[in-house]
Amino acid sequence: MKPATDLPDRRTLLNDLWAIQLEKRHISDQDIKALAEQYQLSEVEIEGVVSFYHFFHRQPAGQYTIYINNSVTAMHSGMGAIIAAFEEATGARIGQTDPTGVFGLYETSCIGLSDLEPAALINFQPFINLTPQKVKALVWQLRRGVPVEQLADPIPQHLQHPLPPDRAVLLRPFLPGQTLKPLLQLDPEEALSTLEASGLRGMGGAFFPAGKKWRMCREQPGGEKYILCNADEGEPGTFKDRMLLQYLPGLVIDGMIHAAYATGAAEGWIYLRGEYRWLLPVLEAAIKAYYDEGWLGAQIPAKTPFRFDLHIQLGAGAYVCGEETAMMNSLEGLRGEPRVRTYFPVERGYRQKPTVVNNVETFAAAARVIELGAGYFAALGTPQMKGTRLLSIAGDCERPGIYEIEWGTRLAEVLDWAGATSTLAVQISGPSGQCIDPNYGDRRFDWDDLRCGGAVTVFNTQRDLLQILRNFSKFFAEESCGVCTPCRAGNFIFTRKLDKLAKGLGRADDYLEIQNWSNIMRQTSRCGLGRAATNALLTAIENFPGYFTRYFNPKSAAGAQPFDLEAAVSDYRQAVNKTLGTIKTD
Amino acid sequence: MAKAVSIQIDGIEVQAEEGQNLVDAIRGAGVFIPSLCYYEHIQPPLGTCRVCTVLVNGKPTASCTATVKPGMKVVTQTKELEDVRKGMVEMLFAEGNHFCPACEKSGDCDLQGLGYRLGVTATRFPHLFVNRLIDYRPERMVIDHNRCIRCRRCVEEVRTEAGKAVFSFVNRGKNTVVAIDYGAESELSEAEALQAMHLCPVGAILVRGKSLARPVGERKYDQPEQGWRKEEEAVDVPQPKPGAPKKVIATTSLAGCFGCHMSLLDIDEELLDAVELVAFSKSPLTDIKAFDRRCDVGIIEGGCCNSENVEVLRAFREHCDILIGVGECAIWGGLPAMRNFIPIEECLLEAYGRTTELEDSKVVIPKHEDLPELLDRVYGCQEIVRMDYFIPGCPPDARHIWKVIKHALFGQPYALTHEEFKYD
Repeated sequence: MKPATDLPDRRTLLNDLWAIQLEKRHISDQDIKALAEQYQLSEVEIEGVVSFYHFFHRQPAGQYTIYINNSVTAMHSGMGAIIAAFEEATGARIGQTDPTGVFGLYETSCIGLSDLEPAALINFQPFINLTPQKVKALVWQLRRGVPVEQLADPIPQHLQHPLPPDRAVLLRPFLPGQTLKPLLQLDPEEALSTLEASGLRGMGGAFFPAGKKWRMCREQPGGEKYILCNADEGEPGTFKDRMLLQYLPGLVIDGMIHAAYATGAAEGWIYLRGEYRWLLPVLEAAIKAYYDEGWLGAQIPAKTPFRFDLHIQLGAGAYVCGEETAMMNSLEGLRGEPRVRTYFPVERGYRQKPTVVNNVETFAAAARVIELGAGYFAALGTPQMKGTRLLSIAGDCERPGIYEIEWGTRLAEVLDWAGATSTLAVQISGPSGQCIDPNYGDRRFDWDDLRCGGAVTVFNTQRDLLQILRNFSKFFAEESCGVCTPCRAGNFIFTRKLDKLAKGLGRADDYLEIQNWSNIMRQTSRCGLGRAATNALLTAIENFPGYFTRYFNPKSAAGAQPFDLEAAVSDYRQAVNKTLGTIKTD
Repeated sequence: MAKAVSIQIDGIEVQAEEGQNLVDAIRGAGVFIPSLCYYEHIQPPLGTCRVCTVLVNGKPTASCTATVKPGMKVVTQTKELEDVRKGMVEMLFAEGNHFCPACEKSGDCDLQGLGYRLGVTATRFPHLFVNRLIDYRPERMVIDHNRCIRCRRCVEEVRTEAGKAVFSFVNRGKNTVVAIDYGAESELSEAEALQAMHLCPVGAILVRGKSLARPVGERKYDQPEQGWRKEEEAVDVPQPKPGAPKKVIATTSLAGCFGCHMSLLDIDEELLDAVELVAFSKSPLTDIKAFDRRCDVGIIEGGCCNSENVEVLRAFREHCDILIGVGECAIWGGLPAMRNFIPIEECLLEAYGRTTELEDSKVVIPKHEDLPELLDRVYGCQEIVRMDYFIPGCPPDARHIWKVIKHALFGQPYALTHEEFKYD
């Protein structure tokens, strides 16, 4: 048993797998064998990578591979009817291809189009506002050979309720390279100080001060450093990064260039989630234009000119890759499993080198800080949360879309703008966030109140909270990387627990168990996914005590547990009736 | 050389090497901390099982993923932490299919050892009963996925001469498993294969023909030096007040093998004392078929596999003040639960179709209103009624059963001791 030594660089593995998947519609045993040889890995290791990402298939996934979003918002917008329509039109059952292998039909976790549901990806092109009629027409045209790209829906910017020009940060006029001009007057230290003075925090959800992160990276010894843009916007209900990447890619690239200037990194990556593959041409064109202008490359104009090269890595369908260390593993051609937190990425990140990882919105905001000045930014928001935040609002409201709000804005106001009426609950920050009752208390988007990661999903009084929570629970059980016990087994156990509640077999002490089990997961999980997985459940029960009493049957505490004997023997009855008198064949 | 620094473990200043793995430092200080995935030769540490969670400077941390830093404050023993760590072990039992009495590694298994050590009687989580593969394809090994705890030791450590991995995680989420590379496995030498088996903390990696090399009684957790607190002071068994009426016991065997009842009788001459103390109501021991009075204690062997079991168990709950589940089957289904992975139709065909030879070659599955109907799976007793105590084991030791019963009848619940509880 020997340690792995000098194995070839496997960073290109994901791209190789993508190429095979797109060309042959699956990754065959032969492909795995060939890749294993090429990378001098054992086949099972390639298999490990392939099976981690759900856009890689081991069985042919159809000439047209259709992915239907199964998020809560999709479910509420009629996903069931859309799946049925696709099944009928294509002849494929969900999870399979049709017998001729032309269409493959699959469910997938949120594809970042919650404002335009029901939505689907066909060969990674977006299709929105689907209706059964539209599906039927679409499939008919695909059968006639109309190219998917030609049929794909344009995705609108979907901006709602813009801030006045003297308060907007992100959503204001922009020309590529616009925010780079101040660099001619600033040396890296000054650029960094500007960012620090602005008070900008990371927008990915942890809200770590961006300037501090960049400084930590800057102060690391050694020349090899990296800038990573986390464009793996996987939290169901979030889509504001999609809009930034599509409509303001230059602003995001600007922010990465600033980060490179401030930290001394010479290379950067945008890790784009596979669900946004349709944005690849947009980003590639933007990057090319920057190279053409000399804003990327060997000699970027600034007070002290510098080098920065920028690449894109496409993910392949894994929510957990939004965790920064998982993303770095994925970039290195590994399974996207979060690392053991021995070091911060700014100490040892991508390729074990100091790395700044920031979210798309953070880079965009950082670029604006350099452009508009720290003072402009810091004057907005609240003492603890400066500036603005993009919200992705979706669900039961009249005006879903992107909202730029100042930190400190009241939730009630936002819901009013969005046209949310008869609201039962609002899910803040997606399934890993909190489920709150907007009719109770005066909640604000702020550090010590709603520290929102971007998603605001609205549920009206017609919705079934338990069904929503079951959807979340299933999502986490599927999307856990599977490495640590509490997240892998705990989320699975929770799906069973919620199934039981839904069947009306809850007991009074189930609530105590849910609290105890959640606490175990929170204390032991290796990364934020497992720690946050039961947030929605706990906050929902806490905020809607009346709603949940019906599920926690108080009568059952004493003696008999709720147990459905009829249901438990139904398999037997069916089998006996079917098998009685069957002719023995062997 | 590493510098000795001062850290605090549970409020006590101890010396440890700077940069040393925290698990080792805690153990070096003589404090027990459980672990499963931790293997000191693997760097960076795996941090997969999370069984060694402690508080480091107030923050919950898997101690194997932390290194000693000067002034570090570590808390290992709080009621909550102990419960959390025990919960982790229970979760692994609930997730996998751990039929210890049928496992080659029983007695050599770290998971089982920790179960004893932490006093896991029943898991708080429902068993998931997911059908998992037993992979017989490798040349030299058998991989039993029912038992794998995905600790990752083999993934990191077992490599061929050429440096290729033999094992890898595949899939994701709840479907994550450790798969073996058949080609790479065939390149391992016998010694390397054996090393892989020993590296596995449970019984998931077995080498054909070598898996039972060490006899029961000489296995890892049969040895007192494994850190079991040897039988402490003799426990006082509470006695009834003189002249008090005899306590009444009822017993039943549901989906069990009657082994626990056999064990119950195995107390030899103490049976005479027992007869002085208790009287039996409904029980196979007395052949009394129905409850003739209220009972103090009901003893349940076996889980519930059919409708009659459910009815009997409910009747016991109704007629008994205290219900004690005896043996693994009562706790979570035990060996009969091996059928939980097989569709009921398959079970019936196997039992009545393929194995009986009838002339007219018809499959006859008995069906009559008097026959109990099979449940979709075997259930542990606490899934049907509230249970008060469990006595683990397969079967539990006779003396131990009686001690627990006497404590339940006349005193307080009785904490298990490892010696009594172990069953391999």
